[in-house]
Amino acid sequence: MSKRGCMDHALVQLTLMRMREFIREPEALFWSMIFPLALAAGLGIAFRDRPPEVLKIAAVTPRLAEALRQEKLLDVMQLPPRVAEQFVRTGKVALVAEPAADGSVVYRYDDTNPEGRQARMLADQAIQRAFGRQDAIPDRDQVMREPGSRYIDFLIPGLIGMGIMGNSIWGPGFSIVDARRKKLMKRIVATPMPKHYYLLSYLLWRMILLPVDVGVPLGFGVWVFGVPLRGPFMALVGTCVLATLAFSAGGLLVASRVRTIEAASGLMNLTMVPMWILSGVFFSSQRFPDLVQPVIQALPLTAVIDALRANMLQGAGFAQMAPQAGVLGAWLVVCFGLALRLFRWR
Amino acid sequence: MPPSQTKAALRVRNLRKTYKDVVAVDGVDLEVRSGECFGLLGPNGAGKTTTIEICEGLTEADSGEVEVLGLRWGSDAPILRQKLGIQLQETQLAEKLTVFETLRLFRSFFRQGPGAEEAIRIVQLEEKRDARVGALSGGQKQRLALACALVGDPDLLFLDEPTTGLDPQARRQLWELIEEFKAAGRTILLTTHYMDEAEKLCDRVAIMDHGKVIAQGTPRELIASIGVEHVVEFSAGNATVDLASIGRMAGIRDIRTENGSVLLQVTELHRAVPELLDELGRQGVPLTELRTHSATLEDVFVHLTGRHLRDE
Repeated sequence: MSKRGCMDHALVQLTLMRMREFIREPEALFWSMIFPLALAAGLGIAFRDRPPEVLKIAAVTPRLAEALRQEKLLDVMQLPPRVAEQFVRTGKVALVAEPAADGSVVYRYDDTNPEGRQARMLADQAIQRAFGRQDAIPDRDQVMREPGSRYIDFLIPGLIGMGIMGNSIWGPGFSIVDARRKKLMKRIVATPMPKHYYLLSYLLWRMILLPVDVGVPLGFGVWVFGVPLRGPFMALVGTCVLATLAFSAGGLLVASRVRTIEAASGLMNLTMVPMWILSGVFFSSQRFPDLVQPVIQALPLTAVIDALRANMLQGAGFAQMAPQAGVLGAWLVVCFGLALRLFRWR
Repeated sequence: MPPSQTKAALRVRNLRKTYKDVVAVDGVDLEVRSGECFGLLGPNGAGKTTTIEICEGLTEADSGEVEVLGLRWGSDAPILRQKLGIQLQETQLAEKLTVFETLRLFRSFFRQGPGAEEAIRIVQLEEKRDARVGALSGGQKQRLALACALVGDPDLLFLDEPTTGLDPQARRQLWELIEEFKAAGRTILLTTHYMDEAEKLCDRVAIMDHGKVIAQGTPRELIASIGVEHVVEFSAGNATVDLASIGRMAGIRDIRTENGSVLLQVTELHRAVPELLDELGRQGVPLTELRTHSATLEDVFVHLTGRHLRDE
């Protein structure tokens, strides 16, 4: 008989089974890795840094063209009047500047087009300055493009929270329904294995996958967009750990009695979709009426996302995140306790 | 025999279980002695699986008493779980795990018993040690299920239809394994609807039908109890046979027709067959088929119920 080390502990072996079943299912592995990457890549395209847009306009005389070129946000072509007219009609330029007989300047543009209106403002300002207008008050620009106040900074913590919730609920849920359907669960329960080990192994399994669940969207956000990590990193890790435990316990509860994949899918969507909407993944949950705010604040996804945003963007540490940690801890205890009590072992 | 050999490993009294409006188990009494292989024989739906699962502590009975190894499920479940080896009907083990990983997992649930490698050797799956469970044949999966039941070094082994769905060669392999367990002195309770399996493996048998035990004893005793040692079966093509005069022959215990054949239960083959041939010659009936076999548990079941074991 071989010597029995900690690797022969039932909880270790059960967790290894979860890991092996997951790793050896190429499709599950593919989708769980590819989905966060695709999401991050899509966001990368949507929120990439672009220079301020330059508007194309036309002038019909060299003098006007010269004056307009003083404005850096305008790309000025000098064209014969007829061609310029053609270009503005087909939208190749936003505006044409031409001199009138009385010495004034005429701007031709489509005023229903925002680009046309913007070009009108910029062109007129450039020409008035070129012909001698002075500013009444000196001014200068301060451009607000600092990390931490952009939409992507708001979004990344939301996506991390959403990822933890999705993986923690789908993963254990499907595995449990499958084991119940194949009577593997019944067979395991016919051994002396303590029943709570069976459920705990799911929590441990999710803990092992946590670096992937969180690391992919977080790493992408930090490296590609420079999303800040202003708070203590251990507080962020702690939040993610607690969130994974709470949602995995939720997954166990959702799967505690269902026998079919279809029923499980429905129940999981019923659990998750309201939180996707209410908990402020894509926009602030503050937009919902005050009346429902207590409910929204009690949702586990709201707690995770609020804590992550406070930590990453405002530099919050353990102390400031205590209320959210309390919400997550309560969900963990209640869901795990209920799951253990309600669980159908066959 | 040492005294422990005669102690009851399992005692079941007046067991009842109803599912909705179906009575699955209807007042069953059983006693499995320590060291014997006991068979629950009966057709599908007779209540065998429900009975064995109640004994395994997986299903709760509506009423009745179950005493396993002198212990009771209500108060001693954790100790009992350590002492039992269980193989369920139709369990699918985790397909992605290898044979070794599966056994190491099951071994981790028990305090003592053979290691995973030892269990693999016992069921002769050495060559498949690192194969995925999903890649095993039906017979290999059943042997693995058996190994999973052995890793706790059980005092009592429950096997629910261990060879159902297997080809003849795989069945024989499994029988050899079970015979080895018997030889090692293990107590076994198995269910089956194959009468040859029960006859070959079991020291004693309880025949179940419609949730009741309709006969109990050693295979020899049960066969002897119907007072018939042999069965003669013949057919006469389309010719009409005068069954009444055959029935009047000496030593004929029973006469039935079945699918165009005539079945006679007889005590002495060497007298009955010549007499039958003489009688058929007198009636001028052509004999197209003639078969004889020693009485089996199947004949006992037919005698008791009028049905075959595998009639659905």
